[in-house]
This record gives sequence, structure tokens and C-alpha cells, in this order.
Amino acid sequence: MLFISLIILSSIDFKAFDTPNDDGTSITLMWQSDENFQLFEIYRSETADGFFEKIGEVEGVECTYRDVNLKPGSSYYYKILGKKEGITVSSQVEGPVKAIVQYFNLSRLPMAVCIIILFSAIIYYITRAKKRGKLFIRKIPALNAIEEAIGRATEMGKPVLYVPGIMDIDDPQTIASMSILSRVAEKTAEYGTPLYVPTSRSMAMTMAQQVVKESATRVGRPDWYNPDNIRYITDDQFAYVSAVDGIMVREKPATNLYLGTFYAESLILAETGHSTGAVQIAGTAMPDQLPFFVAACDYTLLGEELYAASAYLSQEPVQLGSLKGQDFGKLIFITVIVIGVLSQLFKWQFFINLFNVE
Amino acid sequence: MKVILPLAIVFICGFYMLITFFIPAKFAQDSSQLLQLWYQGVAAFFVFIGIFNLIKINVDRIQRRLKDWEYSIILLSFLGVMLVAGFVGGRDSRVFLYLFENFQVPLGATMFSLLAFFVASASFRAFRAKTPEATLLLIAAVIVMLGRIPIGYLIWDKFPDLIEWIMRIPNTAAKRGILFGIDLGLLSMALRVLLGIERSYMGGGVEK
Repeated sequence: MLFISLIILSSIDFKAFDTPNDDGTSITLMWQSDENFQLFEIYRSETADGFFEKIGEVEGVECTYRDVNLKPGSSYYYKILGKKEGITVSSQVEGPVKAIVQYFNLSRLPMAVCIIILFSAIIYYITRAKKRGKLFIRKIPALNAIEEAIGRATEMGKPVLYVPGIMDIDDPQTIASMSILSRVAEKTAEYGTPLYVPTSRSMAMTMAQQVVKESATRVGRPDWYNPDNIRYITDDQFAYVSAVDGIMVREKPATNLYLGTFYAESLILAETGHSTGAVQIAGTAMPDQLPFFVAACDYTLLGEELYAASAYLSQEPVQLGSLKGQDFGKLIFITVIVIGVLSQLFKWQFFINLFNVE
Repeated sequence: MKVILPLAIVFICGFYMLITFFIPAKFAQDSSQLLQLWYQGVAAFFVFIGIFNLIKINVDRIQRRLKDWEYSIILLSFLGVMLVAGFVGGRDSRVFLYLFENFQVPLGATMFSLLAFFVASASFRAFRAKTPEATLLLIAAVIVMLGRIPIGYLIWDKFPDLIEWIMRIPNTAAKRGILFGIDLGLLSMALRVLLGIERSYMGGGVEK
């Protein structure tokens, strides 16, 4: 009865198929039509000649629809109705279409291949470093300057301020920062220089306390550790900045280290630190904040150097091996970029399609 | 055991999360979401540890009459008032909203507005044409600044097009180069952490 008034025409080219790379709960509908419909109504049935239930409608400019929350493994039939100015046009019935569970997202295959190649290269270089011992790694001036800056603070009898960014420990930059903090804490504990670590997250504070405590114990100075110097301030971005600026102005640390994730506060911190005359070393993997640190600090770790810092400072062959593997990854990236440019120039569509990731 | 257990948890959870990124099936997505929920649960608990730390340090400052101890009284008073207002009347209560809108918001905005002055002072130092690179930076900066203001268009109507080119081509190219490096560095560090090679974030991980 529902379709009794329809004018059946086949001017809608309609197809339905299982949505690729999903969890088996959706089917994608696509159509094309030469007519300018104002509206499309989508109908679904579990049998070819059964009752077609309306499941949705989209505006005439649309040409796709995703039917979601389906039962994995079940089959469905579809039809669509195009509507304009009192005319209704029905498509043919498409089906049966089965919603199938996928166990591997094929659109992410190039990403998986890249990760496997990179991980293999890193593991290869780590293994090689274990056998051969010390590897040559280019000098990173900002990291070499950390020890000098701590030494300067010691000579001046002033504290070192370490800001581990404003994000929590689920951020990789905070993890990288904690690794560097471990090395910094070793040095400051060795020299007996006070180390202040104000944190913006309570979980980061707990981790920082543990890292500094262990570092002090490792160099035989457990008495140097003062948990009150590693304190939680607030989660609020600018209230945190205000408190850290206050520490800079009141305590006048001789060395300020900003290593982690930073947003708008980067320049406020760095400029306040500059006004107090401190040696400043910064590092972040936030490309938008790097120019501010470069402008206001004495040394800056650019992006990847933040992640490499801990391995570099440790000078352990196994850790340095991973940096070699990372360089191998860069070589692959450069090669892929060159092939990508050529592919665009000569329209090698197959290669271009490989990098279409959902 | 003190070291091996956390390392084993990091290894298993880390690789499991990595694998589930490639598996669209429901069981994989649900379990990875569950792990993230557990993290949020733990993070919520840590809020209390943060507040406890804040109270402990400031009470200590007041008791020992350390330098600027008076500020600790102000901080603890406002913390108390906000806590009471939030717990009693909820986040939409008049007292809570009044304190938030008339204290926290303007104070935050004040700190943020300092950025304008700091950008000027940092730019002044960064744009000194001491080296060829700094000179290039200065020229690019002058063009971009001129192109962003109406007078720039009056001086030369091609300024907006020129800054569009600077931002879209050389700037994006440099940014992408940095991003590629960051991603590789991140993967490399992730593998070091997952394999337990990098354990200084746990305090060094020396078995005692």
C-alpha cells in the first residue's frame, strides 16, 4: 500500500554494499541520478518481498547513506525513493547485502607496513649496537647545554626550574619529559642544587616525584630529595602559568628547563624567564610553539630531539641504536616523498592510492 | 618484581592498543575503549592526590611562616569556598558561578593578554638581522605583518597573495618536515618504552 502511488522508473543508479573496514554493523548505500531530487528516502527490509521500513532520509544533494547499528552477519535489502515536486521515483531493490565483521582495517595497511619496517629497523640497530658498543650520534647542542646550565645554577647557588609541560602522562611528550627529568635530577642531586618541578597535572606530579626520588637514590643522595619541591599547582592553563611565573620572579632560578607539551603559555613562561636572566633550554613537539621558544630561549630541542633526548643523555648503546633506526626511517620517508612527487607528476595512481588512509 | 610487573603491563597494554588500532571488530574496539576508561578512572582518583598535595604544602607554609605565607591563606580560603560552593550548590549555583566568572575568568584572561606584549618583546629580539638566516626571517616577518593589516594592501595590493604563498608553501614545507621528524621520534620512543629499554620515566627501573 505504501508504494501504490509510485511512478516506477529506473533513473536512480543505486547500489548497496558492506561498509569496508568496519566492525560488521553497517552497510553503505550509494546512488546516482540525473534528476534533481529534493529528497531521498531510504527503506530497508530483511527479505526481498517483505515490508520495507523507512530508516532515514537525506537531502537531494546527498548521494550516500550509511545504515548503522546492524546485526553483524545478517543480510538486508534496500531501496530508495527520490522525491521532487510531487513525483516519487523508486530505485530497484538491492540485496541481499550482508554486514560482515572485518578483522583488519585494510585502509591502514600502508601505515602498518611503515610501522613494521620502522620497528624492524630500530630493533636491528639496537641489536647491532649491543654487539658493537658505542655508536656515533650527531651532537645536539641543547642537550649538551643542560649540564652546563645546571653547573651554572650550582655555582650561583640558585635553583633549577623544570617545567614538564601542561599535559598529563598519557601524552608522549610528558613521558619523554619525565625521562629527561630523570637525567636532570641525577645531575642536580649530584651537585646538591635545588630542583623545582611545578606540575599542572596531579598524575604527572606523582610520576615526577617518583622519578626525582629514584634519581637521587641512584647517585647516592637520597637526603637531597624534597617532595615539596615537586608540587601540583592547578590544571587551569593560565593559573598554572601565573604560579610558575611567580616562582621565577621570587626564587630567580638560574636555569629554566621547559620540556614537554606547551600551548599559548610557552612564550609567557619563556619571556618571564628571560627577564629574570636565567639560562633557558626548551623542547617541545608542538610545531606552533617552537618559534616562540626559539625566539625567547638560549637553546631549543626541535620536535624529534625531545624524544631522542633521553637516549642521547644516557649514551647507552642500546638506546642510541634506536636513534639510528629512527634515522633509517627518515631515509624511507625521504624516498617515499620523492616517489610521491614523481607519482603526482606522472599520475601513478596506484602509488597515490596506497596513502589514502581513513 | 617491582620493575618487571609495571614493564609487563606497559608491554602488554601498549602492544594491545597498537594492534587494536588496526582491528575494526567490535571486541577489539570495545576492549581498547575499556582500557582508556580505566585510565580516566585512575586519573579521576589522582585529582584528590593533587588537592591533598596543594593543601599539605600550603598548610605547611603557613605553619612554618615561610616567605609569602600570607598568599597561602588566600589560596586555601578560595579553594575552600569554591569546594563548598561546588559541592553544596553544584556547578550552576550562584556563588560558584559568581566566583568563576568574576575571579577565575578575568584573571586567566589577564595572563593570556600578556602574550601580546611578550610577542612584541620576543619578536624584537628574534628579528635582529645579525645573520643571513635572521635577516631572511626579518624580511618574511615584515611581509607577513604588512600583508595582514589594511595598510599593507594599500601599499601594494599583492601583499595578501604573497603572504598566502609564504604561509602555504615554505612555511608548510618546514612544518611538515618537523612533523615527519616528530612522528618518527615518537615511534622510536614508543618502541623503547614498550620494550622496556627506556625506563627512566619510571625512575630508572633499577631492581633492588
